[in-house]
Amino acid sequence: MEDFITFFSFQDPNIRYVVAGSILIAVSSAIVGCFTFLKKKALVGDAVAHSVLPGICLSFILTGTKNPIYIIIGAFVTGWISLILIDYITRFSKIKEDTAIGLILSVFFGIGVLLLTMIQHNGNASQTGLDSFLFGKAAALVGYDLLIFSIISIILLLAVILFFKEFTLISFDENFAKSIGFPVKRLELVLTTLTVLAVVTGIQAVGVVLMAAMLITPSAAAKFWTNKLNIMLILAAVFAAFSSISGAFISFTSPSMPTGPWIVMVISIIALTSFFFAPRHGILYNIIKQRSIKKRILHENILKLFYQLGERENDFNASRSIDNILEKRTIKLGALKPGLRHLTKQGFLSKNKNFWTLTTEGKTKGQRIVKLHRLWEVYLTKYLRIAPDHVHEDADNIEHFLTPELEKRLENLLNYPESDPHSSAIPYDQITS
Amino acid sequence: MDTLYIISTGAIVAITCGVLGCYLILKKMAMVGDAISHAVLPGIVIAFLLSGSRDSVTMLLGAGILGVLTTFLIEFFHTKGSLQSDASIGVTFTWLFALGVILISMYAGDVDLDQDCVLHGEIAYVPLDLWILPNGSIMGPRTLYISGFVLILVLLFVIIGYKELYITTFDPAFASAIGISTVLWHYLLMGAVSLTTVASFESVGAILVVSLLIAPPATAYLLTENFKKMLWLTAFTGMLVSILGYYLAVWIDGSIAGAMSSVAGLFFLLALIFSPSEGIIAKKLRQQKLQPNNS
Amino acid sequence: MIVNVENPVLEIHDLTVTYSRKPVLWGVDLTLPKGSLVGIIGPNGAGKSTLIKAAMDLIPKSSGWVEIFGEDLKKVRKKISYVPQRESVDWDFPASVRDVVVMGRYADIGLFKRPRKADYEAADYALKQVKLSEFSNRQISQLSGGQQQRVFLARALAQQADLYFMDEPFAGVDAATEKAIINILKQMSEQGKTVVVVHHDLQTVTKYFDWLVQLNTRLVASGPIEQVFTQELLQETYGGKLTLLSDVSTLMHTQQLPVRDKT
Ligand SMILES: Nc1ncnc2c1ncn2[C@@H]1O[C@H](COP(=O)(O)OP(=O)(O)OP(=O)(O)O)[C@@H](O)[C@H]1O
Ligand SMILES: [Mg+2]
Repeated sequence: MEDFITFFSFQDPNIRYVVAGSILIAVSSAIVGCFTFLKKKALVGDAVAHSVLPGICLSFILTGTKNPIYIIIGAFVTGWISLILIDYITRFSKIKEDTAIGLILSVFFGIGVLLLTMIQHNGNASQTGLDSFLFGKAAALVGYDLLIFSIISIILLLAVILFFKEFTLISFDENFAKSIGFPVKRLELVLTTLTVLAVVTGIQAVGVVLMAAMLITPSAAAKFWTNKLNIMLILAAVFAAFSSISGAFISFTSPSMPTGPWIVMVISIIALTSFFFAPRHGILYNIIKQRSIKKRILHENILKLFYQLGERENDFNASRSIDNILEKRTIKLGALKPGLRHLTKQGFLSKNKNFWTLTTEGKTKGQRIVKLHRLWEVYLTKYLRIAPDHVHEDADNIEHFLTPELEKRLENLLNYPESDPHSSAIPYDQITS
Repeated sequence: MDTLYIISTGAIVAITCGVLGCYLILKKMAMVGDAISHAVLPGIVIAFLLSGSRDSVTMLLGAGILGVLTTFLIEFFHTKGSLQSDASIGVTFTWLFALGVILISMYAGDVDLDQDCVLHGEIAYVPLDLWILPNGSIMGPRTLYISGFVLILVLLFVIIGYKELYITTFDPAFASAIGISTVLWHYLLMGAVSLTTVASFESVGAILVVSLLIAPPATAYLLTENFKKMLWLTAFTGMLVSILGYYLAVWIDGSIAGAMSSVAGLFFLLALIFSPSEGIIAKKLRQQKLQPNNS
Repeated sequence: MIVNVENPVLEIHDLTVTYSRKPVLWGVDLTLPKGSLVGIIGPNGAGKSTLIKAAMDLIPKSSGWVEIFGEDLKKVRKKISYVPQRESVDWDFPASVRDVVVMGRYADIGLFKRPRKADYEAADYALKQVKLSEFSNRQISQLSGGQQQRVFLARALAQQADLYFMDEPFAGVDAATEKAIINILKQMSEQGKTVVVVHHDLQTVTKYFDWLVQLNTRLVASGPIEQVFTQELLQETYGGKLTLLSDVSTLMHTQQLPVRDKT
């Protein structure tokens, strides 16, 4: 708790700067990442992230210092080369894109590791910390370095704001953008440059291996909550900022914990939560929704049964027991009983001891389902030419889904037929009321 | 002797990876291989913690299962969560890899693994870790035996299932149509890839294993149009990669695994330029031959 | 106009297929007579490929069942052959023409066994039938589109099946090759084999087929060519979707409604 207060009061200027810096870095990666995500180039970002390693090592070998400016230039150069190579290989040979990405990614990384170990074995004193690029060093980012990377992040954010409209268009519909005369090639160049820059800064926080997560995961998570690009960007930024604060906090409280992997862990947990629980797109949400549809179908089927029984005996007000119902159609008792209870509570049925009776509302509803069933059967035989003995099952399903608007259209299209293909009368409101 | 041990371990790992890589790149699943190789890390750490040692079947199994689970998760997020497949790969493997690194830091005292080893392995230490029988006789490096065992498994797999793997890779729809289960062979292949990455992990690490999975097969793919030849060429390239990689590493005093993937990359580059059928030069020449007719 | 036959080779009952809950085939009921050469026509996206795939159990059905030779598909798989659309495979794959054609024998060879000499002979004979013998060792990437199509056909022939499903075997094929292929198909149907072909060219329908299936999400017609190849039915097949039906299927897609619910 004490840690919590010390950390979040941001009294310590060190903490303040580190947190502000890593948030900036994470947010800019996430924002640029949204566009690479939408362009389905997520893994290309991964390739760039691995490919900057040899650049970093080379610039260290050449200059002998860890000055961030040189490091950035070196990283930028090999990052770009990797992209050009991937593009070249896929375009001019039969090698497919995924192979080209994996190849460049691993080979560049291998060269980087070779150079890195070479530097380490040479025992150059100032090299210590070069391997922090592997897993990042967000918590240790201070002074000059922090300043430089924060400035780059701000430039990235400004560039995205400036080109917002253009990037949006080329991410969604490149051909359309081309057709209305956008300089698509040049814009893509800008976007790619921004991606490389985002990677170069992002690896400061999480390192080359996990950099892909900073580009992909926030946008993947955000995509589950919205279909609007601007909201997606904001959400991705918020998720990234939150995870980077959490990562910084965790390694503040227990210094042996690596910041980068924790940032990735937090953002991944956000993403996994979104996959499962986000409304509309979430996996669990869909399961629950299917359940509720099933329930609705069950309830409507029970009312339909009551109506059909009433029709058969010409007595809609009769009380019926569970046995009466099951005699017409088998429904699992485990589902039927709660169904009856629910319908009684909703006022569609009234209960007396172990007998249930249709209320007026219940009858109207049951009647509508029966009508839709029979109308759909007529539609299937007439328009889909399905034999009368094959239409029942489909109608049993569709009857639950037709909206009032479709219901009207169906009635008009078929011109209020009197009976279904099995010559059961179709009950319209006008006739019974 | 040590040199021989290192080179032969490297060659065995490279051949195993390469053979499976041939199927991966033809199935356009190279990046899934990449994802698996990262994602087995937590499996390795957990198996480590449970069994308390490196040399256990538990470890191969645990991490192998995790590899298959990764494949499954990627599929799951893609189909059930309608997440585009590249993002699904990226999210899944970074998450699992981060988990692995965190576990390593948490149990740093108990786990004889460090972050560097994870990234590029330590094939140079192979000769140090010997398999010693209870009666005291020294059998040679333990890692050599493990990778040799996995190589035999993989070879048996591709020999026995040659026909099935071939057809499910080339034309999955036709394969299912004639009653060969694509799903089964897919997961068997992914299981084999996981097993291989785990077995290669200590020697070459999580990421460089990817270059052995992809680079030699891609090189062979450019050099031949016959699948069997592609397999042989891959194995041969893998062997060369191990030998040249070792001497390169010794020469510049760097990581052997890093040197191996650099050499593998170099071979690919050479094939890309000089391949008689697919190479840049060959294509240029062919174009020039055509030019006079056109103009 | 849907004509049904006794003892059909293929019987499809109440088949509905959905992609992410959007029905692309709706309530298809169909029987095909033995030994016929059947054409399936319909506009792009009508569900022709889907019908074939569902009949072969390559994709899940939302409702309905399929019987072939009066039996469940699993029992008769070996007697059925499938020629996919040409774009469905990667032609850069390292395989020779002969390699691909031998794949037709894989079902008979059985699990884990290698192709034998007889299998290679069958493959070579099939190659001869489609006039590709001289290309037998050629890499498949070095073939023209029409030749690639013939490789697929040879693979199907090598399978020596009794029922053939072919998805657009004439796509990208020149007139001479098309004629050669159709002659082979006619021979096959004379030998009592049933051949089902997805076709796009309305000009040649009457010349090629003796039975015609017209499809546009729902089954519009199925019957002997002279009965169902009528202006009126073609109009219905190609005249666009049924608006009400497609609105209902859009609703099912957007609301993720189940196609069949068993309560
Ligand atoms: N894998 C899939 N996922 C989602 N929708 C699909 C898939 N495959 C096909 N569809 C859709 O299903 C419908 C029917 O497709 P199908 O391929 O069966 O059409 P087709 O009649 O063969 O068309 P074509 O003449 O173009 O080959 C199309 O609207 C198509 O967009
Ligand atoms: Mg089709």
